[in-house]
Parts: sequence; C-alpha cells; structure tokens
Amino acid sequence: MAKIVHGMGSPHVPSIGAAIDHHKEAEEYWKPFFDGIEPVRDWHKNNLPDTIILVYNDHASTFSLQTIPTFALGLADEFEPADEGYGPRPVPVVKGDPELAWHLANVLVSDEGFDLTLCNELDVDHGLTVPLSIAYNRPDAWPVKVIPLAVNMVQAPQPSVKRCYALGKAIARAVASFPGERNVAVWGTGGMSHQLQGERAGLLNVEYDAQFIEDLVNNPDSLEGLTYTELLRETGSEGVELAMWMIMRGALPLEVQEQYRFMHRPVSNTSYGVTILKNGEL
Amino acid sequence: METGYQDIPGTYVQDGEHCRKGYHLNQCLMTLNKAHCREAFRADEAAYLAGFKLTEPQRDAILKRQWLEMLRLGGNVYFTFKLAAFDGMTMQDLGAAMSREGMSGDEFRKMMLDGGRSIEGNRYVSEWEQN
Repeated sequence: MAKIVHGMGSPHVPSIGAAIDHHKEAEEYWKPFFDGIEPVRDWHKNNLPDTIILVYNDHASTFSLQTIPTFALGLADEFEPADEGYGPRPVPVVKGDPELAWHLANVLVSDEGFDLTLCNELDVDHGLTVPLSIAYNRPDAWPVKVIPLAVNMVQAPQPSVKRCYALGKAIARAVASFPGERNVAVWGTGGMSHQLQGERAGLLNVEYDAQFIEDLVNNPDSLEGLTYTELLRETGSEGVELAMWMIMRGALPLEVQEQYRFMHRPVSNTSYGVTILKNGEL
Repeated sequence: METGYQDIPGTYVQDGEHCRKGYHLNQCLMTLNKAHCREAFRADEAAYLAGFKLTEPQRDAILKRQWLEMLRLGGNVYFTFKLAAFDGMTMQDLGAAMSREGMSGDEFRKMMLDGGRSIEGNRYVSEWEQN
C-alpha cells in the first residue's frame, strides 16, 4: 500500500542553492543558517521516502504569462533543471514517478474535482531544486523520486488557501488508493515573509511567520480562511507563497509529530523557517 | 475574489490589470532565459527590443534600467530580475534600486541583517502619507 509518511515546509530561496553550489556554507553570513539546517539533513538521512510530491511555484522559468496553470502536475520520467536567466543550477536531473503521478492525475481530476494541468515536459526551477538541496545537500543523484506540483503564485488570481488545503486532503486520499507500495512525502515550499519588489522591498514579518508555523502545525484549520490580501499586506508580495504550505498540511492528518523546527533571518531578502512533520497516525 | 489590496504601500500587485499593461514587457524579458537570446540582447539591445510589441516608455525603461518605472509600466519582478541578473545585479541590489529611500546594495544588505524592513508603519498607504 501507499502512505504519506511525512511533510516538510520550507522556503526555496535561490541564494541558498547558490551558496550550496558554490560551497559557501562556512562563510560568516551562511554558517548560522547551515548549522540550523544540519538537523534537517540528519533527519532526512534516516527517513528517506520513495517519492516526494513537491509543491512549489515556477518563477517565470517554465511558465511565462502566456499560459498560467493554477495547478500543474509533472508526469514525466525526469525533469531538467531550468535556465532561469543565468544558466541552470549544476544539480542532478530530477527523477519522476510517472506511475504514481498518473494515479494522482486520474483520481484528482476524475474523482476529486481538481482540474489539474498535466505536464509531460517540465523544466524545474529553484522552487523545486533548492528544497532538495536543503534536505540532501550535493549528491551525485537525488536519493528520491519527485512528482512536481507547480502552483501559480505569480499571477492573481491564485488558488485560495482553502482550495490549497482541500487539494492536500484530496492528495492524501489519492495516495491511499494507489495500488502499489510507496512511502510518500509531501513538501510545501516558498515564503516565508519577503517582498522582492517595489518601494517596500525588503519587508520581513518574523512574528507573523512564527505564528503561521505554530498554527500550521497545531491548528491548521484556523488558517483555512486566510486571504491573499492579508498575506500580501503582512508577509509581502512574495510571502503569499505560504499558501503552498497548506497543501502539504492538508495531506497530513490533524495529528502530527513535529520532528524539528528552525527559523533564521535574513536569507538574502527572506525570512526562513522550516518544519518537519511526521504522520501521527502511522 | 480578492479585493482591498490597493492600499498596500510600495507594492505592485500582479492582478489582471497589471498583467494586461505589462504583458509584452514581461514576455520580452522572459526570453532572457535562453542563452542565444541573451547573446543577441548583449550584441544590440535596441535592435533586440525592436522585435517586441513594447510601448516607447517600456522600451526606454528597459534600456535605461529604470527598475521602478518598469513595475509602473506593468513589469513583474520575476521578469525584471532576469534583466538585473543579466547586468550582474543580485536580488538585493535590485531591492535597493527600488526601495522607497533610495539606497545602495550595501545599505540594503545591512537593512536585511538588521531585521529587514519592519512591518510596522508599512501596512497601509495612509501610514506612508503621514510620513
């Protein structure tokens, strides 16, 4: 049988990827961050799933404004790192899990009413590869298969937080009905507070971020009504990516065991926070 | 649907109106994802831009690297950052160039190390009008 074993929420700040790619971990700026995620890496070494459903957003890498899928699922055998304007990251090709991905597509579209965009080719940008680097550092090949789930976070209207949470719950049901054997993880990435653009660039709201993680872990239903207007105002124009953490949280039962939590700021222009949640019903 | 975000200061929300205004600007900058387009742009910026349906002000803002003006004309930061990265700027250099105060990249980096731009006093346009 297939089951969801853990979830993780983490930002996917590109500069973390650059720091790893260029071996900057010991530098004064980066050391506190990498010290803080060492337990993340230790935990993942002992808790490798077969497949990660990795929720992220594309940042004008694969999807321009020409076609804007609200939810896009990657069905391919493999996904190439994207050229985001300065050459692709020097990281391994991401291996997919087409059997499980097609099962998700069939159940989510036919039975659950989520009209996903289905992608047979999908170059993946820092949104997907940086969380893999945070967890697995610099391997020759990624130790897990990955099903990319790209969510539109760039162009309003984005899918509501409530809809994201519901999609997570539908993913849990879809995984449970997969006929094969799989240990599956769901990661929600992006955020936390940051604003890259405009005269308000550089905004951070660490108190809001801390409360968000607390509610996400222990009282996720309370976040269901969160609006983009509130996220825009309180966490900045790019902080809205926090909505994607709710897909991860919805995929796990209310009962979870938090394995680790760590917050640090700044990472480039961003407030960083990570939480790892184990399925409390297993 | 979402409403009420117009009173957030210093923030260019990528809604439908913004999308329509900046569509060709953003699609033009999107091409910088391709190495051969970056080379063509490097060889002759004005000639390269002539291949896109840009307005005169949009073309000017790109050529003169007017980062806030690009946003006012419908630009989105994920697209304008491709141009900034082309120029060798970091996201913090770009943040500095757009900031309300006008600051250098180093000043922006220091602001971030000191805790970033505070949310206090930065939630509503009305708070900026008082200062």
